[in-house]
Amino acid sequence: MATVILSTDLARAHTDGETNFEVEAATMRSLVRMLNERFPGLGPALGEGMAVAIDGQIYHDFFLEEIGPDSEVCFLPAIEGG
Amino acid sequence: MAKTHVMTTINGEPVEFLCDTRQTLLDVLRDELGLTGSKEGCGSGDCGACSVMVDGRLVCACLVLGVEAEGGDVETIEGMADGEKLDPLQQKFLENAALQCGICTPGILIAAKALLAKNPDPSETEVRYWLAGNLCRCTGYDKIIRSVLEVAADAKGA
Amino acid sequence: MAADGGNGYRWIGKRTIRPDGVDKVTGRANFGADFALPDMLVGKVLRSPYPHARIVSIDTSKAEALDGVKAIVTAADFPEITPENATFGSSPPNYRDMSRNLMARGKVLYDGHVLAAVAAVDSAAAIAAIGLIAVEYEILPHVTDVVAAMRPDAPLLHDDIFTAGAGPKPEKPSNVAKKVAFKLGDIEAGFAEADVIVEREYRTEGIHQAYIEPHAVVASAGADGQVTIWCSSQGHFMVRQYCAGLLGINIADIRVTAAEIGGGFGGKTTVYLEPVAVALSRKAGRPVKMVMSRNEVFRGTGPTSGAAISVRIGAKRDGRIVAATAELKLMAGAFPGAPIQPACMCAFTAYDIPNVEITGYDIVVNRPKTTAYRAPGAPISAYGVESALDELAQKLDIEPLALRERNAARQGTRTAYGPTLGVVGFEETLQAAREHPHFKSSLGPNQGRGIASGFWFNVGGESSSNVHVNEDGTITITSGSPDIGGSRASLVIMAAEVLGIDVDRVRAVIGDTASVGFNRHTGGSRVTFATGMTVVQAAEDIVVALRKRAALTWDIDVEAVIWEDGEARPAGDNAGKFEALTLRDIASQTPKTGGPIGARRSIMAQNPGAAFATHICDVEVDRETGQVKILRYTAVQDAGRAIHPGYVEGQIQGGVVQGIGWALNEEYIYGDDGCLQNAGFLDYRIPVASDLPMIEAVIVEVPNPSHPYGVRGVGEVPIVPPMAAVANAIHDAVGLRLTDLPMSPPKVLAAFDSES
Repeated sequence: MATVILSTDLARAHTDGETNFEVEAATMRSLVRMLNERFPGLGPALGEGMAVAIDGQIYHDFFLEEIGPDSEVCFLPAIEGG
Repeated sequence: MAKTHVMTTINGEPVEFLCDTRQTLLDVLRDELGLTGSKEGCGSGDCGACSVMVDGRLVCACLVLGVEAEGGDVETIEGMADGEKLDPLQQKFLENAALQCGICTPGILIAAKALLAKNPDPSETEVRYWLAGNLCRCTGYDKIIRSVLEVAADAKGA
Repeated sequence: MAADGGNGYRWIGKRTIRPDGVDKVTGRANFGADFALPDMLVGKVLRSPYPHARIVSIDTSKAEALDGVKAIVTAADFPEITPENATFGSSPPNYRDMSRNLMARGKVLYDGHVLAAVAAVDSAAAIAAIGLIAVEYEILPHVTDVVAAMRPDAPLLHDDIFTAGAGPKPEKPSNVAKKVAFKLGDIEAGFAEADVIVEREYRTEGIHQAYIEPHAVVASAGADGQVTIWCSSQGHFMVRQYCAGLLGINIADIRVTAAEIGGGFGGKTTVYLEPVAVALSRKAGRPVKMVMSRNEVFRGTGPTSGAAISVRIGAKRDGRIVAATAELKLMAGAFPGAPIQPACMCAFTAYDIPNVEITGYDIVVNRPKTTAYRAPGAPISAYGVESALDELAQKLDIEPLALRERNAARQGTRTAYGPTLGVVGFEETLQAAREHPHFKSSLGPNQGRGIASGFWFNVGGESSSNVHVNEDGTITITSGSPDIGGSRASLVIMAAEVLGIDVDRVRAVIGDTASVGFNRHTGGSRVTFATGMTVVQAAEDIVVALRKRAALTWDIDVEAVIWEDGEARPAGDNAGKFEALTLRDIASQTPKTGGPIGARRSIMAQNPGAAFATHICDVEVDRETGQVKILRYTAVQDAGRAIHPGYVEGQIQGGVVQGIGWALNEEYIYGDDGCLQNAGFLDYRIPVASDLPMIEAVIVEVPNPSHPYGVRGVGEVPIVPPMAAVANAIHDAVGLRLTDLPMSPPKVLAAFDSES
């Protein structure tokens, strides 16, 4: 079961403030799909300007990434530099 | 408005050009003569990126009119190296990584050369105050100052 | 030739001469304004003299009639982008805002806002034509202060901005475009536990990147709609993409060449002149060159935000921080987009704090639209947080450095924005600072020492490179990352290291948008990391190819061939007795062994290594004039691995000095009329050589596991600590706690006065 942590703002907008979830998924694509099924509208929001940290490693381009059985998946705003 | 015909010397070569009396020496160097090594950072004499020598004096080319070059002696960055042989300042800047984007570099090299011609053994403070008219936003000036001091020290030791 | 630089590498860590260096010291290098095309016109723009006004009418007829004028454009010549089409692709900019920013539509929103552009045969004609464009304005009330802009009765810039992220959509529009929040733990419980609390408010002003090279472009549109652009930019692929999106042109029909760039620091990660020059060129049927004046750069291009900050930190008596909040109100300029996310996300990341709450507001004001500036947002929140930590240290009677050591974040520490930190080197920077002779050196009267730390994520992103073996065994790298700090030197070092050859036999060029795959713009401290990775990978592919060619030549298995010290050698005696083949040998035989050898890599570089820094600053305060002199500055930073130490030091020194300018002198000054009063280098005062001492850059190396050589981005984090380091030093020197940037002489004197 992967542990998903949503950012405060996404939680407020889509999940009534709940930030932590358990999701059974082996890839990011299916994880996002499942979150969207649970909270319609969350899926597209996760694809807009968000990055993901899988077990602490940050990915901007994350839909193809695989998730381990005990992975921690955090959604965070994608950052540009200067 | 009719243009003025000017005859001058640039980096040791006789040069003539036509210019509007309102054009600055910087405009003339860059737009009429294709000598784009001197840069325009501000157009008002605040940044030093257009530093050149006119009759042995360090000036901002954006504060000199093109017509004022008549009969004079202009030295720009393009004349600093001798063919493939770099001036010690140019070489030292490369060795010390004393440039990053490089836009201020021509002006700083001209200014530094003018300093060493006048004061071959400057203190760090003297170098800093001399170069206070040349803005650099990339390097924080550290490696630039070190390079000028090292060139002076090398010349002293030589 | 097996040279060991002393660190196990042949070239990594060596201070080589950068491959593009000679051109830069001889004036040969071509920057944006140095380019010209035959038959070229000069373009100039008309800028609003008012901070906020409705455009009633624009009459260009007199200007069009002027001799030498070949084209005039206004918003009417740009496709109108509707809100539904404002963004496309994933994580894009807002094209509607960008379009209205570079060419005002309906309203002008800041002093300097462009509303028309002219192309004429020369500068004089273009300027005269600009003067003949008649605009009727209906002047509206304006607001340039970030707190004032939040009031319900503030002049409204846009009637379609309804604060996003604040719960249900508000009934009325406002100037607050967005609110963001980050929460960790239980903030009330946290503060309840605290023995000591510090609470303080701070203010900062708009600050410009102040690159010495003004924006410049030459654009040439052909009769078939194909466009070539020459410009200095941090991202020529970005320029191509934005021009395509703003003007409705196919991306393949635009080709952009990156000129050498005279500084960017984030300010050249967007477009201002380029689409305008293209539009003019299309209308005139001739190339158009446009170069900004210094005045235009200040009035018309993105500074970074000024802000109102409040910070509250609570700790136990033993120095453990138990709770921290920050509220950050950042000005976005005329259109939304202040860097509130990174400002919030970086605020407390250097510290392991169990209960954190950070709120950020993106607020529009009648000023130029903000653009990125070196670690966007992070220096702003760091000024508040690192100053508050200093006050906390004093209240607790703990040494400021010790307070940081006690609470330092490390691998596994949970951040306020979600994930835990990976391998990081913050503690190592604290240790190096403590052990540095600067830390223990003595101070005189009116002199003081300040400590501050900082964090920046660094960015990965798309990079593409081509690496080719030339017929004589030399190597050409074609990358797509404009070089703003000497990155070509690092790319060449990395390729030479992998291939085992002399660094002088490798050259790096920056290809135009048609010559190499997509590259995200240069920024975010990404190039040595991401583009470097593509070069290393491509060089490794080439090594495989070289081994195959040797195997073919010797008629043995490729497994039996090794590549060592720039040569192919049999793996052992069993492989056979063959003379080693150098790169040059193999290259010269390629027509007989399978053709040219080259490799291409296009990647999305993930998981950049974060960077931490700790700075020590000594100042002397003149009680009579209020001047603050920087006596000594030491900047310790974790670079992961310094590919070229000279250029890493340069990034650190440059960032520190920009931070010092931000701390002491730089600010945007607006009058009551809403117009910018100091749009030039005389009065927008950046540090000059006589203001500063040498800046000691100390590189610590805690390698980043995601990069083949351990590289972490270095360019941005150095600007994060200086403002607080200087503020803390001033406090140590004369007991003044300055909470309003810049800490310029009038403010220091006023603080002395209000003390007495």
